[in-house]
Amino acid sequence: MDYSCTDLSTLNSELFMIRYLAKRLLMMIPLLVGITIITFGVIHLAPGEPVEMQIAMNPKVTAEARERLRKFYGLDRPLHVQYLTWVTRLARLDFGRSFAPDNRPVIDKVRERLPVTLSLNLIELILVFGLAVPIGVLAAVRRDTVYDKGTTLFVFLGFAVPTFWLALLLMYLFGVKLGWIPISGLHSLGYKTHGFWWQLWDLARHLVLPISVATFGGLAGLSRYMRSSMLEVIGQDYIVTARAKGLPERVVVWRHALRNALLPVITLLGLSIPGLIGGSVIFETIFAIPGMGQLFYGGVMARDYPLVMGILVIGAALTLVGNLLADLGYALADPRIRAGSEGGGSR
Amino acid sequence: MNIRDSYIAQVVLRRFRANSFAMGGLAVVALLFLVSWLAPWITPCGPGDLDLSHVLMPPSAAHWFGTDDLGRDVFTRVVYGARVSLKVGFVAVGIATIIGTIIGLISGYFAGWTDSVMMRLVDLMLCFPTFFLILTVITILEPSIWYIMAIIGLTGWMGVARLVRAEVLSLKERDFVLAARALGASVPRVIFRHILPNALSPVLVSATIGVAGAILTESALSFLGIGVPPPTPSWGNILTGGKDYIEFAWWLTFFPGLAITATVLAYYLVGEGIRDALDPRLHR
Repeated sequence: MDYSCTDLSTLNSELFMIRYLAKRLLMMIPLLVGITIITFGVIHLAPGEPVEMQIAMNPKVTAEARERLRKFYGLDRPLHVQYLTWVTRLARLDFGRSFAPDNRPVIDKVRERLPVTLSLNLIELILVFGLAVPIGVLAAVRRDTVYDKGTTLFVFLGFAVPTFWLALLLMYLFGVKLGWIPISGLHSLGYKTHGFWWQLWDLARHLVLPISVATFGGLAGLSRYMRSSMLEVIGQDYIVTARAKGLPERVVVWRHALRNALLPVITLLGLSIPGLIGGSVIFETIFAIPGMGQLFYGGVMARDYPLVMGILVIGAALTLVGNLLADLGYALADPRIRAGSEGGGSR
Repeated sequence: MNIRDSYIAQVVLRRFRANSFAMGGLAVVALLFLVSWLAPWITPCGPGDLDLSHVLMPPSAAHWFGTDDLGRDVFTRVVYGARVSLKVGFVAVGIATIIGTIIGLISGYFAGWTDSVMMRLVDLMLCFPTFFLILTVITILEPSIWYIMAIIGLTGWMGVARLVRAEVLSLKERDFVLAARALGASVPRVIFRHILPNALSPVLVSATIGVAGAILTESALSFLGIGVPPPTPSWGNILTGGKDYIEFAWWLTFFPGLAITATVLAYYLVGEGIRDALDPRLHR
């Protein structure tokens, strides 16, 4: 790098990033407020006296829990007061206590489940990315060939197959019929008595099916996006120039074209977060994985309102953070945004 | 203008026809409509007819897809399930498309703070894991096919709104729109007569793919036991009813799942086919 002439633009771009970050953080505040309003509204959708009627009809809610809820939400007070009380508690990260017999704070329950869901989704995201990018790039380069058509059909099939159905069939085939892999949970019974490597192997065996099914289902969006993004880039002047310079096709495609085609994908990753979290309900239910999706499904079925409201708010807030990270990544990766001044950065 | 339009239409049609995947998808969709329309004539019995002397029979000449735990003919139920699944897909997407189009039109045409408010609403709705929201509302309101269609629609309009808005933003500066406004056309007339017809093609693509998504969502809800309530057969609830018997009656799970996969794939291929046919960048 030539510092003598890039000092100014580096400083400029740092200032720009700080200003950009501040602006984005400020923009998150109204969205957070909106998230709480929608969550509150959805729970009060039920006709008549909202939450109260639901618990009155629901035998799963004990008298004690009902009293606790009435007090916690101030059900005798007008709706906007109830909302304000609830939001004030949220601001202190007080999500209330679960209606379940264990009566634990919602935040504790979420805290122990969230890492499972997040790490599974992260593994899936990495695999999807690692597979979908080359699939999409090659499909664009070899457009209209057998490879292009074959992968197109393959990734569409992944989208079209109901994940729970595929999971059921594979569980039956590999787990029950062939007996190769365990079909539910994350660990075998008594796994704690074994050494670290055995535990790791055990975990991998439990995860192979859920992760493969999830990855197969997630390929379509990204690989198709990659394909069209790549098709667009390949037609640009600088790619023609790179080819005209006599650069090998490999370098043109994987260095020059890919770098530019990858940019919009960063935003796509941020947008895919709510879908991933939402999809975890199905996976965690079918494979008995103790994550957020399973917790939420249990909460919804048991009408555990504090838990449901808590997870809705946390899930949406996570998406906000994910989008922010994606946008920051985009700003960092795109020299046109990063530099924020003429000269276009330091390369 | 008209000659040019019909030329473009011809090109689009020709490109769609040349796309074998899209045509295959269209054939499957057409077959599906035919089958669900002709359901009473092509099935051996009613979808709810019990036959307790023939319970969990494997596929045979009499029962193409076998029978379920109550002796109902699975083929019949899958055919009638097509009606339900298609209905869910169309109504849900209809709701999403109408809301999304209206919001997109208003947002794109009026710009300014109207636009900001509406687009923040879109951002807001996009934050929620949609499936969580759907689950919550359905369990609060009790599962019914109408609620399911409504809630899938109400949580699926954001993409359409963004698409339409982007189209409107570019269309409203075009000469023919400026000319219409200069000639004194009213705002609704400009929007509905001049802008909307030209903004419809991306909506068509997203609606086609949306039908596929709605069918999948309904089946996932049914799998969790809160989809279309039995005894009405939907592909999702036939499959769910069979999942406990998978070890000795695979056909109960296999055929409805296959129907979902084929249908969703078909809609997706048609949608992508329309998108490619309309894409001006892919002209050769």
